Amino acid sequence: MRRSGEIETVETMIPEDWRPSAPLDNLRRRAEILGRIRQFFAARDVMEVDTQQLSHRAVSDPFIDSIEAQFRPTPESPAQSLYLQTSPEYAMKRLLAAGAGAIYQLGKVFRNGEVGGRHNPEFTMLEWYRPGFDDSDLMDEVEALVAAVLPDFAPQQLSYRALFERELGIDPHRAGLAELQSLCRRHVDADFEDDSRDTWLNLLMSHVIEPRLEGGVFVYDFPASQSALARVREDAFGTPVAARFELFIDGMEIANGYHELTDAAEQGRRLEADQHSRAGLGLPQRPLETRLVAALDQGMPDCAGVALGVDRLVMLALGTRSIRDVIAFPFDLA
Amino acid sequence: MANYSANQFKNGLKIMLDGDPCTMTDVEFVKPGKGQAFTRVKMRNLITGRTWEKTFKSNESAEGADVMDRDMEYLYFDGEMWHFMEPATFEQYAADKNAVGDAHQWLKEQDRCMLTLWNGNPISVTPPNFVELEVTETDPGLKGDTAQGGSKPATLSTGAVVRVPLFIEVGDVLRIDTRTGDYVSRA
Repeated sequence: MRRSGEIETVETMIPEDWRPSAPLDNLRRRAEILGRIRQFFAARDVMEVDTQQLSHRAVSDPFIDSIEAQFRPTPESPAQSLYLQTSPEYAMKRLLAAGAGAIYQLGKVFRNGEVGGRHNPEFTMLEWYRPGFDDSDLMDEVEALVAAVLPDFAPQQLSYRALFERELGIDPHRAGLAELQSLCRRHVDADFEDDSRDTWLNLLMSHVIEPRLEGGVFVYDFPASQSALARVREDAFGTPVAARFELFIDGMEIANGYHELTDAAEQGRRLEADQHSRAGLGLPQRPLETRLVAALDQGMPDCAGVALGVDRLVMLALGTRSIRDVIAFPFDLA
Repeated sequence: MANYSANQFKNGLKIMLDGDPCTMTDVEFVKPGKGQAFTRVKMRNLITGRTWEKTFKSNESAEGADVMDRDMEYLYFDGEMWHFMEPATFEQYAADKNAVGDAHQWLKEQDRCMLTLWNGNPISVTPPNFVELEVTETDPGLKGDTAQGGSKPATLSTGAVVRVPLFIEVGDVLRIDTRTGDYVSRA
């Protein structure tokens, strides 16, 4: 039995903030949505997979930083660096090359430094791959999935070029660095210099165009320089474009999909090019996932794939603009 | 002063921009799934009061501003400058019209205020949220009926004019909310 003196001590301590940031009702709605996503794929005969979160290799993208973990065979041994996965893309593509067929994964991914109103360094991603689909087929399937969660979802589809022409009156594939920079500075107070057209295009997209987007908008045919792991093809104007799309809902980025690159040699070149940019930006050199190149070399089926931010989808379903309202313990409480 | 990189930016951080100290009132992390991260900051210039949005790349940095908020006792007005004293050190500071702004109408001798100092010089004065001031001028009160609705202007000892209920008389001491300039009650 406790003596009264002990209880007093407990009471005078500042209690630690142990409560979840999301109301339990929101977490119940979240659980329902996760269930509905699994039903959606079960009905379409897409297999759930659950690949590693901890890997010897890291993402190559210079603008995504992996969280490093230390593995030791025994507590006294020297540490070996492993990397928390920023997306299950590499692992899932290795499964595709092994003949897995249509697959999806619903799980946690990790991105260093990403904390904000719509960001948590650990978040829930839904990623899926469809052999035989191209980016246009997959946009239709993304629409069906989102409609299963958000009733009345009726998105429009616009090319990256059409969107920039409509909103800013420029052709994003042709506009020069100086033009993009001066256009940007008319809308955004930014002092920095940058000799990458993509930086200015991204700034126009995130600061000027996105906030104006209402409802659901699929943007497709991105500049070839922003292809990431999408294949590059020519559009109707003969411009090389990335077979990549993004879904925005009410100005928030929700999903990013590709008609996937299957060319092993090109994949190898892109990994090396990323590593080169990382060096130029003074970023750490991390082990490249060369097993992805080996898998493509063996043969990955022609397919389309997409990654969708589940926390944001739940935010939209619940009508909140803060990620704290849909996850139990965000970064500062985790 | 220390330099802060964009990933250290947070609400309330004070930095130097174009020679003026500025404070961050809202910091938003902007990061597309693919591409460069940005930090979008709502800024307020502490000298001019101007507010606007500014965007930084994550590898940019800014020089911190030597700005601090200090509790001080208001001493007196000499016709040009308002004088304050830090109670612990007895150190005195003189603030000019630009720094004091509208706060002058709530300053009563010996009240505690918050002075914002930049490089040791006052740049703004925040009065206490509530002050008690005497009525020096108002129309005669309506006797007996304290429940009567309606209001009238009253001039206070500092020169401030506030709307007060009809029963208030010269010599009454009133409690005022300085954030809104509203009458709260008789003290």
